Amino acid sequence: MTPENSEQYQLNRSLVWSGFKQLAPISMFVIAFGLAFGLAAKQAGLTDLTIVTMSALVFTGAAQFAVLDLWGEQMPVITMIFTVFAINSRHLLMGATLYPWVKNLPPAKRYGLMMLASDANWAMAMQAFTAGKPGLGLLFGGGLALWSFWVIGSWLGIYIGGFLSDPKGIGLDVVMGCFLLAILLGGEKNLRMVVIWTIAGVSSLMAYWYLPENSHVIVGALAGGFAGLFLKEVKS
Amino acid sequence: MSMETAGLSAFGIVLIMALVTLSTRWGGVFVMSFVPIGYRVKQFIHAMSGSVFVALLTPMAVAGDNGARLALLTTAVVMLASKKPLLAISAGVVAAALVRQL
Repeated sequence: MTPENSEQYQLNRSLVWSGFKQLAPISMFVIAFGLAFGLAAKQAGLTDLTIVTMSALVFTGAAQFAVLDLWGEQMPVITMIFTVFAINSRHLLMGATLYPWVKNLPPAKRYGLMMLASDANWAMAMQAFTAGKPGLGLLFGGGLALWSFWVIGSWLGIYIGGFLSDPKGIGLDVVMGCFLLAILLGGEKNLRMVVIWTIAGVSSLMAYWYLPENSHVIVGALAGGFAGLFLKEVKS
Repeated sequence: MSMETAGLSAFGIVLIMALVTLSTRWGGVFVMSFVPIGYRVKQFIHAMSGSVFVALLTPMAVAGDNGARLALLTTAVVMLASKKPLLAISAGVVAAALVRQL
């Protein structure tokens, strides 16, 4: 796919603002997810400032939730790095699909834009490109919307979390697991993926029982990745 | 290797998370400027990025209490039926709360 229309590469203030406005409705949901993260993080024992800093600098819901699962008095750093990398490895694919549209930009702009790449604004930008419209404003402006609402939501979660006396009793400790599960089931689902997930799940469980602590994430994710290499996609 | 999570060390962990995440945001574009990312690599990444959720969730479901198990089950059913993540997560939390209050 080579872009033909030079207007599609454009990025100016009005396109960024329009991107911000187009992603703003979705961002309302992001506030809710951020709120859930703030609540869960507070329960996991993170300080308020750590939580807000994490949301602002890391800006990736699923990986932030997953790290909470590892957060104790000690953090297993290698497992944490692998977990964050594996969950966010889908960004690599987003970057690869965006490449034709950003390759002619100066490097500072190109990599600046990519700092805000996330599922929703990437998807909207790609849709715009496919329809022959400019998409970089959606990527950047939309990313700014998602980012600011994510940080605001996290802060709200911390604030509300301060008033709760028995978070576990009202089920809040399961937010993280439910969030990850909902994200997983919102993605591609077919027999091939189910086989891959089964292999990942069984490997993870074996590692959880028989291998050193916290190795199950790495073992399960890699087993699933290799299963994906060897399981041919069925052409429809 | 492990790090303390108390005090300033927590910010060190956040910084590592931020750098790793940034490497994935930049990596795709960066690698493509040298060599196109091939079909096999894409397949591996795609399978791995879903499997990591499964790898986190399976022990949670197996080792968790009945509240956690019913929460995950409820989220799965509601998500598959409605395709609405917020609804599915809320239903899961309510399920856990109900089990624990009974």
